[in-house]
Amino acid sequence: MAEDIPKPEELIQINHRPPKTDWMDVPVNIRKGMYCYASNPKSVAYVGLPNAREWNPLDEDWKLPENWQEILHEGFKERLGRFRSFKVFMDICVRCGACADKCHYFIGTGDPKNMPVLRAELLRSVYRNDFTRMGKILGKVNGARSMTIDVLKEWWYYLFQCSECRRCSVFCPYGIDTAEITIMGRELLNLLGLNIDWIATPVANCYRTGNHLGIQPHAFKDMLDFFVEDIEEITGVQVDYSINKKGADVLFITPSGDVFADPGTYTAMGYLMLFHYLKEKYGFDVTWSTYGSEGGNFGFFTSHETMKRLNAKMYAEAKRLGVKWILGGECGHMWRVINQYMDTMNGPADFLEVPVSPITGTRFENARSNKMVHIAEFTSDLIKHGKLELDPSRNDHLKVTFHDSCNPSRGQGIFEEPRYVIKNVCNNFYDMPANTIRENTFCCGSGAGLNAGEDMELRMAGGLPRANAVKYVHEKHGVNMLACICAIDRAALPPLMEYWVPEVDVTGLHEMVANALIMPGENERATDLRGEDIPGREVAEEESDVESEEKTDE
Amino acid sequence: MNLRYIIPLIAVIVLFLIAYLGAHLTGLQYVFGIVIPYLAIITFVLGFAYRVINWSRAPVPFAIPTTGGQQKSLPWIKHAQFDSPVATWQIVVRMALEILTFRSLFRNTRMKLTQGGRLSYQLEIFLWAGALAFHYAFLVVLIRHLRFFTEPVPFLVQLIENVDSFFRVEIIYPVFKFGLPGVFISGFVLLAAVSFLFLRRLFVPQVKYISIASDYFPLFLIFGIALSGIFMRYITKVDVTAIKELTLGLVTFRPTIPQGVNAVFFVHIFFVSILLAYFPFSKLMHLGGVFLSPTRNMATDTRARRHNNPWNYPVPVHTYDEYEDEFREKMIEAGLPVEKMPEPAAAETAASDSEPEQEEEKE
Repeated sequence: MAEDIPKPEELIQINHRPPKTDWMDVPVNIRKGMYCYASNPKSVAYVGLPNAREWNPLDEDWKLPENWQEILHEGFKERLGRFRSFKVFMDICVRCGACADKCHYFIGTGDPKNMPVLRAELLRSVYRNDFTRMGKILGKVNGARSMTIDVLKEWWYYLFQCSECRRCSVFCPYGIDTAEITIMGRELLNLLGLNIDWIATPVANCYRTGNHLGIQPHAFKDMLDFFVEDIEEITGVQVDYSINKKGADVLFITPSGDVFADPGTYTAMGYLMLFHYLKEKYGFDVTWSTYGSEGGNFGFFTSHETMKRLNAKMYAEAKRLGVKWILGGECGHMWRVINQYMDTMNGPADFLEVPVSPITGTRFENARSNKMVHIAEFTSDLIKHGKLELDPSRNDHLKVTFHDSCNPSRGQGIFEEPRYVIKNVCNNFYDMPANTIRENTFCCGSGAGLNAGEDMELRMAGGLPRANAVKYVHEKHGVNMLACICAIDRAALPPLMEYWVPEVDVTGLHEMVANALIMPGENERATDLRGEDIPGREVAEEESDVESEEKTDE
Repeated sequence: MNLRYIIPLIAVIVLFLIAYLGAHLTGLQYVFGIVIPYLAIITFVLGFAYRVINWSRAPVPFAIPTTGGQQKSLPWIKHAQFDSPVATWQIVVRMALEILTFRSLFRNTRMKLTQGGRLSYQLEIFLWAGALAFHYAFLVVLIRHLRFFTEPVPFLVQLIENVDSFFRVEIIYPVFKFGLPGVFISGFVLLAAVSFLFLRRLFVPQVKYISIASDYFPLFLIFGIALSGIFMRYITKVDVTAIKELTLGLVTFRPTIPQGVNAVFFVHIFFVSILLAYFPFSKLMHLGGVFLSPTRNMATDTRARRHNNPWNYPVPVHTYDEYEDEFREKMIEAGLPVEKMPEPAAAETAASDSEPEQEEEKE
């Protein structure tokens, strides 16, 4: 955690009252802690995107191409012609203000330009000037302005203070989705080479090595081997796994973050254990891939085209390996892309079969065209059919709440599956208040490529509503574990919790599944996957309940 | 002074004066009573159609519905049919709830941050109630006005009139008479709702901050329409027969300007004409746009049915072969399967300067 960000008691002093000055007259102030560093030119050039050069958002000169206004204008026009969403959303907003206080960045910062309506007006004001008669005649009084370098800087600053979480779209009477507007805005900015490095470099890495951390194939395998050792130490079972194996039943793709950083690594161990279990008991054969070793798609935060270029690997690898269908791990925006874009962009996947779980016989009708099943769907189906031997009391020391990640919530609607799994692998589950979960869920504050180190103040402010709801269940029910199905969450929520609710830890779904899963031939487990003692287990089985209650009082 | 509402206010006042003065000049009565209404209706119809066609011509490249509830997945999981619709009828219900009951607006909450640093989100139904009252009152007023354009007056219109005037309000006093003819609630609800929506823009700081001239202008105009209508009906008691002669003349294409039409009527019809003509070029087009919003009107079974993008073009990708060419030796060394065994000379093709730097995970 960066030391120079305000303390929680300072950051919570938020003024939600807009200033007296007209918003067009408030110049953008690109403030340290609130923005991410500019894209590395090497990364931009590697994937052949425009205007790769060194630049710094704090500099006066952003080193733009001479005709940058023309490029933007033409780009804007082209997108209005290609996306009905963009065109309709530019035209029909009535500025009713229902979305204003729905954005976590507005709630956390009080900056009026973080109100979804005003974020959209940043673009709409230029749209009115450039593409409507009324705007041109009336000008500023009617919210129109021409594109200047200051407007451009304002776009850049605020379009990278939106995590494309779609919460505002739930409340908009016309379904105007700010994510869609941010996506278009960022696409336009990328025409001028104005990306942030936390997006640009993962994109280049993903393109080259198959994952956004730039892990090369041999290193990827090393990491899985390392997990295998850890699992053996904890359970006494040596799990078996395959990489790049042709003819496996399914290809498994998950965000590389889970292979690399805690606490996601425990979720990755969970996957390995579950797959080993299914192989031993039911002969279900899963392969990982190094070429397709990334579920997340940072291209989605760059442009539709870049998203498609990165996503293409999933089907290509499934085809090369000759698997029947694809199983997807726990990830947020990965699932938005898979659920709403993949089949359209890179399908039809007619070389794959309609996903059927050979263990339960369940045919995943909801994935019959794009052939990709979410692991929460897959595991909940296994549990429903009694195919997993589980000991939920191993998770008795946990009081769990569930964070619905934005994209699987409002871009997929997966709410019950993860809850069903949690309730079957642990005994203490408490949902957060209804206005903060499911389709009303709040972002972790770091989505859409904003989970860098340098914008920590923005992240802590944007994560406030989520943290506040966690704090509520922590105080009310003693919740000490925040579960999620998103790798960015697993990277972003631990520092958020440490900042706002330090008593709460973060876990993935399949870490808890694996902790409860009784593996064939396993030793009695004294620790969980984190190597921490399971209260009661080190003494005797029967006392676990009593002990776990003491533990939560800490 | 905030020009964003001062200018529209002045504009509406000027429009009033134009119509009021024009009504007193015999020659101009034809302009305000016949020419402008015809032009307005033509502008409205053509403009509206143009806008909707223009939107429709832009394709919907991706299926991006907002899933507002549980997806349809496993058979034992309850599917939120109207928040994550799959079947066409479910989409129709979702859209109907949206358009007829403003369902998304009904979800509205108000965020509050307490001194103790706790956030709360309370149900906030005033915007929903105000919007609903405004739109339905406007609809009823519109339907009632069909009386002026039909002969005989259809039963439906009479029925609505009866319901609308269900509450009798009569003040009969030598100096002040009110309530005869019977009071139509809708007109007053419309006036109240439009005032509420205006005051909201004026006094809710966040809404004031985002409001622009084209948010205030239609409110002032509709206020003027409602007020002039009410004025004619209850105060000046205009000659309704003469007005109906005029309006019927318009729809039967035999326009006339009868004697005895009050000047306020010309103001009223001029305001309505301005609203109609302004409609297609303004945010009022949300009436048409709401039907075309891809986050609401699409099925959420996006993994079960492939959506077609008409401009889906091929893109450069990093193929597996290119990948293996770069990492083949390392893969073989690590015992990973490869497609091609290396040839002795292939070693130097790896590692170029343009490789992105390996990123360190910062978390």
